[in-house]
Amino acid sequence: MIDGVSQAISISGLVKGFGSTRALDGLDLSVETGEVHGFLGPNGSGKTTTIRILLGLLRADAGKVTLLGGDPWRDAVRLHRRLAYVPGEVSLWPNLSGGEVIDLFGRLRGDFNRRRRDELLERFQLDPTRKTRSYSKGNRQKVGLIAALASHTELLLLDEPTSGLDPLMEAVFQDCIREVKAEGRTVLLSSHILAEVEALCDRLSIIRLGRVVERGTLDELRHLTRTSITADTEFPAEGLADLPGLHGLEIDGTHVRFEADTDHLDVAVRRLSELGVRSLVSHPPTLEELFLRHYGDELANEPERLQRNRKAKP
Amino acid sequence: MTALSGTHELTRFILRRDRIRILVWIVAIVALAGLTAAGIEGVFPTQAALDQTAAATQHNAAAIAFNGPAQGLNTVGGQVAFQFGAGGMVLVALMSLFMVGRLTRGEEEAGRLELMRSLPVGGLAPTLAASLTVAAMNIAVGVLTIAALLAQGLPAAGSLVFGMSFILIGLVFGGFALVAAQLTENTRVVYGAAGAMLGAAFVLRAVGDIGDGTVSWFSPIGWAQKARPFAGERWWPLLLLLTATVVLVAAAIALAARRDLGAGLVAAQAGRPRASRSLGHPLGLAFRLQRGGLLGWSAGLLVAGIAYGWIAPTVDSFIGQNKALAEILAGAGGANITDSYFAASFRLMALLATGFAIQAALRLRSEETSMRAESVLATPVSRWRWGASHVTVAFAGSVILLGVAGLATGLTYGAAGGDLNRAPGLVGAALFYAPAMWLMVGLAVALVGLMPRLAAASWAVLAACVVAGFLGAVLHLPGWLRNLSPFERVPQLPAKSLTLLPLVVISAVAAGLTLAGLFGLRRRDIGEF
Repeated sequence: MIDGVSQAISISGLVKGFGSTRALDGLDLSVETGEVHGFLGPNGSGKTTTIRILLGLLRADAGKVTLLGGDPWRDAVRLHRRLAYVPGEVSLWPNLSGGEVIDLFGRLRGDFNRRRRDELLERFQLDPTRKTRSYSKGNRQKVGLIAALASHTELLLLDEPTSGLDPLMEAVFQDCIREVKAEGRTVLLSSHILAEVEALCDRLSIIRLGRVVERGTLDELRHLTRTSITADTEFPAEGLADLPGLHGLEIDGTHVRFEADTDHLDVAVRRLSELGVRSLVSHPPTLEELFLRHYGDELANEPERLQRNRKAKP
Repeated sequence: MTALSGTHELTRFILRRDRIRILVWIVAIVALAGLTAAGIEGVFPTQAALDQTAAATQHNAAAIAFNGPAQGLNTVGGQVAFQFGAGGMVLVALMSLFMVGRLTRGEEEAGRLELMRSLPVGGLAPTLAASLTVAAMNIAVGVLTIAALLAQGLPAAGSLVFGMSFILIGLVFGGFALVAAQLTENTRVVYGAAGAMLGAAFVLRAVGDIGDGTVSWFSPIGWAQKARPFAGERWWPLLLLLTATVVLVAAAIALAARRDLGAGLVAAQAGRPRASRSLGHPLGLAFRLQRGGLLGWSAGLLVAGIAYGWIAPTVDSFIGQNKALAEILAGAGGANITDSYFAASFRLMALLATGFAIQAALRLRSEETSMRAESVLATPVSRWRWGASHVTVAFAGSVILLGVAGLATGLTYGAAGGDLNRAPGLVGAALFYAPAMWLMVGLAVALVGLMPRLAAASWAVLAACVVAGFLGAVLHLPGWLRNLSPFERVPQLPAKSLTLLPLVVISAVAAGLTLAGLFGLRRRDIGEF
C-alpha cells in the first residue's frame, strides 16, 4: 500500500543533533492512519524533538520522514492544514484572553467549528474572558487542547498535552480522544502518564536515548516481559531456584513470590502445581513495570551515551 | 527568619546572573563621560575659544533645549556638564528603570519569583536585593565618573556634584520603576510608566531652561542641573533628589506589603470572550501584539514634537537679538538657524522612534524564545508570512511615529507663533528619516534570521548611531566613522536641500537586509537558543 494512505506518519533512521549532543539517533516510528499511537519515554529522550521535526520547525540531519504523505519541512504549510498540535508547555500572549487565543488558532488553521469550540469550553470549564497572564498551567493547557480539538483535522500531534490537568479534566480529555478515534482520525500521543496511554492507545512506541526500543500493541509488549506470581503452596516451595527465566524469587516456607519471563511461565506454573497450589495471584506486567524495566538501567548506561555524544562531535 | 532573610545570597545571585549586562551599562556610561571630558579640551583648546562658544550658546535656544541651562560654559567642566549632563542622566535613568523592572516585576511575571519565595527567603528580600544591586550600579557609575573627570584635571567640587547627580538621578528613576512595579502585573507597563516620567522630566526642564528656569523646578533632571556643577556648586538641590528617592522607595515598600505575589494593585481587566475580526491572520496578530507599544511611543513622540515645536519660534527671536551670531550659525549650518534646529530635532526624534522599530523587529526573536512562535508556525502559516507580519508592523510603525513627530512639531510651531504653512513641509522632512529607521529594522531582522543569538546587538548599533549623532564632534570621531550611521546620511531637511540618492541607497540596503533575514528565518531551525 502507498505510504500516506495506510500510514499517517512514517519515520526511518531519523538523526538530529544539537551542537555536540545527539537528540535523535536513528529513530524509526510508524503511525497507522486511524490509530491512537502512544509515544513513551522519559524527559530528554527525544519525544519533543521528534514532534518538532514532524511540524517542520526543525530540519532533520538524516533519515526519511513522511507525514500525511508529504515532507514536513518542504510542505509544512500544506500539511499544517490537516493537523493540529498541542505542546507540553502551552505558551500564550499574556495580554490576550483565552477566548481570543482559541479563535486566533482556529482562524489561522482555517478549519474552525464555533459550536464545537463553545461546547469544549463548557466541557473543560474554561473561562474565555480571562487574560492568559492569569491562567494556571492547567488552564493554559486547556486553551491549547480546546484550540486543537475544535478543529476537524485528520491528525493530532499531542506532546504531553495533559500536564497540569486535574483528574476530572484528564477524564474529559480521554473522552475527547475516544471521540476523535471513533471519527477515524489519527493521534500521536506523547506522554509519560502511563495510565493515560494504557487507557487510550492502540499501539505504542517506547523511545530511549533517541531511538525507539520497543513497539507494538500493549499486549505484544506485555508478552515481551514478565508476569508477577504470588502463591501459597502445600509443600515447601523447593526446586524453583534452578528453573530458567525466573526473577526476584522470594521463598518464605510455603509462601512464594517471583516474576517469570513470558516464555518460561508455563514451566514455572507446572512446577508450582506439583507443589500443591492453595492460592495463586498472578498479574500481567503494568505499563509502569514495562517502562521501569527499560529505564531502570538508564544510569548504568549513561557512560555509553556520553561516548556516543562525543562521537557525534564533528 | 525575618522579612529580609536571604538578601545577601539573592544579591550575589543577581550580580552573577547579570554580570555582563551590569558591566556593559557601567562601562558604557563612564566611558562616554570620560571621552566627552577628554574631547572638550581638544574642541576648545584656548580660553578664547571657550569664551566664544559660551557667548554663542547663551543665545542658542536649541542647544539649551537639548542640553540644559547655559551655566559655566566658559570652563571645560561647564562644557562637560552641558554636553553630557542631560544625556548622561537620561542614560543612568534608563539603566536604573530597566534593571529595576527586569529584576522585580520581570521576575515575578515570569514566575521565577514564586520559586524564590518558596525558599527560606524573606518577603522583602527579592525587592531589597534588586534595589541594592541597582543602587550599587549607580554608585559605581557616579564614583567612576568622578574619578574620570578628576583624571582629566577638572575641579574636585564640580566633579563631585556632577557624579553625585548621576547617582541620585539613577536612584530617583529606579524608585519610579519600583513603585510602578507594584501597581501593574505587566513588566512592559512598568517600563512605559517609568519611561514616561523620564520623558516628562526631560521636557519640563527643556521648557524651563528656555524660559526663566521656574518650570525646571518640577523636574528631577532640573534639580540636578540646579546644583550647578562647575558653575558655582550648590549642594542643597541634591537633597531634593535624595528625599524623592526615600519617598519613592518607602511608597514602593508600603504598596508591596499590601498586595499578593503576582498581583498588581491595579486589577487586570477581563478580556473579550471572542476574538475580533482582525485577529485572524498573522498581520492582525502582530499588530495586536505591538498596538500598546505603538500607542505608547506615539504618545512620547507627540509630547517631544509639541515641546520642540513650541520652542522653535523662540529660536528665531534669540537670533534676532544677535545679528553677528546669526551670521556665524547660518554659515555653519548652511541655512537659517531655525531650519538647523528643526533638522536636529527630527534626527533626535527619529533616533528615539527607532527604539520602537527595533523592538518591533526583535519581537520575532522574543516570540521564538518564548515558544509562542512554534504554536503559530504549527498552523498553516508560512515562516515567510509570520516574519513579514512583524516586519510590516516595524516598517509601518516607523512611518507612523515620524508622521506624529513631524505633525506635532509643525502644528505646535504654527500655534506658538511660527508659520503654520510650514507644517506639511515639516512632516515631509521628518518622514525622510523612514529609510534610516527601516535600515535598522533590516539589521535586526537579518540578525534574527541569520545569527539569532546576537539579535540583541541591534540595540548596540542604535546606541552607536546616537553617539555618532550627538557626541561625534565632541569625541573627535572621524567623518567616515560618523557617516556609517544611516541617520547622518539622511538629507538634513529643512536645513539642506533634498537629495534622493542617499535615500534610495539606504532603502535598498534596508530591503536587502530584511530579505536576507527572512530567507535565513525560512532555512534555520525554529527554537534555536
